[in-house]
Amino acid sequence: MSSRRPRPGGNGWLGVAFVAPQVLGVIVLGVVPFIFVIWYSFNEWRPLTGEMEFIGLDNYYRLVADPTFSASIIASLLFSAGVLVLNLVIAISLAVLLNRRMKGITGFRTIFFSPVVVSVVAWSVTWGFLLAPDGGINGALAILGIDGPNWLADPSTALISLVVVQVFKGVGMNMVLFLAALQSVPEEIREAAHLDGAGPWRSFRSITVPMIAPTILLTGILTTIGSLEVFAPVQLLTGGGPGDTTNVLPFFLYRTAFISQQFGYASAIGVVLFAIILALTMLQWTTRRRWVHDEV
Amino acid sequence: MRSDAARADRNRSRVTTITLYALLVVLSLPFLYPTLWMFFSSFKPANEIFVQPPALLPREWTLDGFAQVFTAQPFLQQYGNSMYIAAIVTVSSILLSAMAGYAFARIRFPLRNAAFTLMLAAMMVPTEVTIIPIFTAVNAMGLNDTHWPLIILPIFGPTSVVSVFIYRQHFLSFPKEYEEAARLDGVSRAGVFFRIALPLAKPAIAAVGIMAFLRSFNMYFEALIFLRTPENFTLGLAITRYQDFYGEQMWNTQLGAASLTVVPILVVFLIAQKQFVQGLAQTGIKG
Repeated sequence: MSSRRPRPGGNGWLGVAFVAPQVLGVIVLGVVPFIFVIWYSFNEWRPLTGEMEFIGLDNYYRLVADPTFSASIIASLLFSAGVLVLNLVIAISLAVLLNRRMKGITGFRTIFFSPVVVSVVAWSVTWGFLLAPDGGINGALAILGIDGPNWLADPSTALISLVVVQVFKGVGMNMVLFLAALQSVPEEIREAAHLDGAGPWRSFRSITVPMIAPTILLTGILTTIGSLEVFAPVQLLTGGGPGDTTNVLPFFLYRTAFISQQFGYASAIGVVLFAIILALTMLQWTTRRRWVHDEV
Repeated sequence: MRSDAARADRNRSRVTTITLYALLVVLSLPFLYPTLWMFFSSFKPANEIFVQPPALLPREWTLDGFAQVFTAQPFLQQYGNSMYIAAIVTVSSILLSAMAGYAFARIRFPLRNAAFTLMLAAMMVPTEVTIIPIFTAVNAMGLNDTHWPLIILPIFGPTSVVSVFIYRQHFLSFPKEYEEAARLDGVSRAGVFFRIALPLAKPAIAAVGIMAFLRSFNMYFEALIFLRTPENFTLGLAITRYQDFYGEQMWNTQLGAASLTVVPILVVFLIAQKQFVQGLAQTGIKG
């Protein structure tokens, strides 16, 4: 990762002092609580009674047998896959469309980026109104003669609706990163390919994609992690329903811990959530050699 | 012959341009329409929110919704809460992450790579996973329903790692000659950082500052977990509590509160969007 070696010198203590606040912070607020979560997951702990009892792997056995948990895993994976694919496809497409000199291009870039600065609560609440049975989206469909579904209450549309809300909220960020990456692709290479008879699609696939591969990898990993952490849109729009189809792991964890007051069981959900994030991150990272030629 | 070809070429490029603009306008809708609808609907009477066929602009303009924003909840105080918390988080992140990012990029010290790997690994731990022990610790310290966890967690917790990372990337490409010249003039290592490297890190400062501000100002999950009394609420939590406040729907009020939360930030963004977007892109979270 580090491309440049730092200068040697007698500044070790200064370096330690400079990183201390953040490193200690991450240890105290991240690593240590995570170790506690692992420990809690081996316990039956209901905070209302205050009793904590070691039960070994029982919480995990219970998870495996819990249909809500299987539904939750499926919801999280589907949501994450949907967000990852839609986000990257839209982000790259918008970046390619915007990567040219044209009047008003900055204005469009601003529009596509603007949801990034909008509060996630305001964004979710607004989409809640638009996706309501008699909301704006179905109203627009009615004009076209289409009878729109109850988007957030129908098991076949609830999850995809959440994916859409999440993607439009955050895709501008990835678009900007891809724009920066595209601008570092030398125009001469594309021109040379054009002269050699490569069409736009061939040129995109054989030149642009390999050159922005490091950005695809990084945005892919960050988008995956972000989508597995989703909470606000789920809580505000579907409450995990209908029938657990949108009950993603963070929301299932929240309800188990803070609504049904089972800290031990919720901790086991947390450990599984981390394991999934770790596994998917490692998966993307280890496959990078196959398609990312530039070292990230 | 030649001019015909040129004219055909120009015509084709004009068609391409028009198609491109049309495409961009259509693509803009899902990004722009929700925000516009939220804004204009806060000027509608409550019974106009779900009127069919749907309309962007109010038929009857009213400020009733906005008036209730401030009477149904201590909204001004909640606004102040969000602003002061975001200010502390932003300033602290700008400085503390810069020190860490600089040291990770430029100073050799024991366990440097191990510490940096640990920071990156922490990015994979969602806030939701560690919230139970943090919640019990906050309770034990008697800090429940205070702003302390909402200030401390984003500054020092795993979500701060992105800021450190952005600074580290920036300082890795910072020219060494500047530092060496200063060192020859007898400036200490810390002095080099505070007087030369940090003042020259404006794009990174902008990127980190913007991201830290947005992260704090738009924080929701932590507020939901830790805050109990409306006087202590931050904006995200406050917006959700306009539903059924008196047993009646306060749709336009809720949208008004959402607009008041979003519009000032959007205006700042529109004014500074060039620095905003380029700051994020340049220091980019790219290799």
